[in-house]
Amino acid sequence: MTAKVVTVASGKGGVGKTTSVANIAVALASRGQKVTCIDGDIGLRNLDVILGLENRIVYDLVDVIEGRCRLRQAMIRDKRLPELYLIPAAQTRDKTAVSPSDMVRLCDELRQEVDWIIIDSPAGIERGFKNAIAAADRVLVMTNPEVSAVRDADRVIGLLDAEEKGPAALVINRLDPAMVKRGDMLSVEDVLDLLAVELIGIIPEDENVIVASNRGQPLALDGKSKAGQAFQNIARRLMGEQVPFMDLESQNLFQRLLGRK
Amino acid sequence: MMAFLFGRKKSANSAKERLQLVLIHDRTDMTSAELNSLKDDLIETISRHIEIDPTAVTINVAQDGRSQRLVADIPLRTLGHRRGRESGRAVG
Ligand SMILES: Nc1ncnc2c1ncn2[C@@H]1O[C@H](COP(=O)(O)OP(=O)(O)O)[C@@H](O)[C@H]1O
Ligand SMILES: [Mg+2]
Repeated sequence: MTAKVVTVASGKGGVGKTTSVANIAVALASRGQKVTCIDGDIGLRNLDVILGLENRIVYDLVDVIEGRCRLRQAMIRDKRLPELYLIPAAQTRDKTAVSPSDMVRLCDELRQEVDWIIIDSPAGIERGFKNAIAAADRVLVMTNPEVSAVRDADRVIGLLDAEEKGPAALVINRLDPAMVKRGDMLSVEDVLDLLAVELIGIIPEDENVIVASNRGQPLALDGKSKAGQAFQNIARRLMGEQVPFMDLESQNLFQRLLGRK
Repeated sequence: MMAFLFGRKKSANSAKERLQLVLIHDRTDMTSAELNSLKDDLIETISRHIEIDPTAVTINVAQDGRSQRLVADIPLRTLGHRRGRESGRAVG
């Protein structure tokens, strides 16, 4: 087994990285894949609560890196999906407790054990970001259809190219089709024109995201929600399947996107 | 002007237009002021070698996927000995 390492990054905070890591990991695990997700947001641990695993933490990422426990001991097994694990971030340390080469070493050890390693990164483009992308085979850049998020995504995409971690794949989160329709939100096409990168997912604004986070039950487990389906589609695309983009906007856009591929 | 007559422009269009400019400046690490001064220098340099009409010159940053190129269109004045070649196009 040789895992693929996928990092989710954004530049801007609050665009949906942690939500996406949790849901992509859950979606992959629900498809029979063996997955470990790593919370790379040291000092601002959150992936544990989104996954509903906060009460099971004994050891964390920094404990592994500093040799206080073995890798296996820091891997928390999910209660719903036996092939899903979380390595939580340390809450009382800062990003300097981990270096990019620590992450590469840790992922190399883990690669033998699982199919996928999904890494959540902190906001920003400094140490925490560098740590999160160090071991990545593929980086998903998250954005929202909104000026500051698109601008920051562009910066991150440029940095990834410079670090030879590109080309990035774009996820557009919190798209509101009604706002796009009335001309008050950048469309998927607008964002793609601006950023000129490959698209791997479009996730609609969906209040179920918050309900799911309240419960600690990622919504990719729930087949009915649109956002949940969108995360399942990202997982399938990562696995190499050709999945058409959901028709969230007009039929025209849907067809244009298919034509793009 | 049109926006004034026919109601406000859609906000998504403003967002896109503004982002187009911002991204050019972010990616090239050049402000609009710096770009304008580059244009002035370019016109001045070319004028030292050949007679041009500065008002007819267009110099823009064009997008090419994720990279940008500086595209200069500099019409050259027609002179008798410059048979038929009316304008030159420099891309850099
Ligand atoms: N598609 C969505 N629809 C509605 N709310 C969302 C969506 N994606 C994320 N959110 C909300 O946005 C907030 C920030 O998300 P989070 O995943 O923590 O972002 P990040 O990790 O990038 O800082 C959270 O409150 C989350 O519930
Ligand atoms: Mg986060």
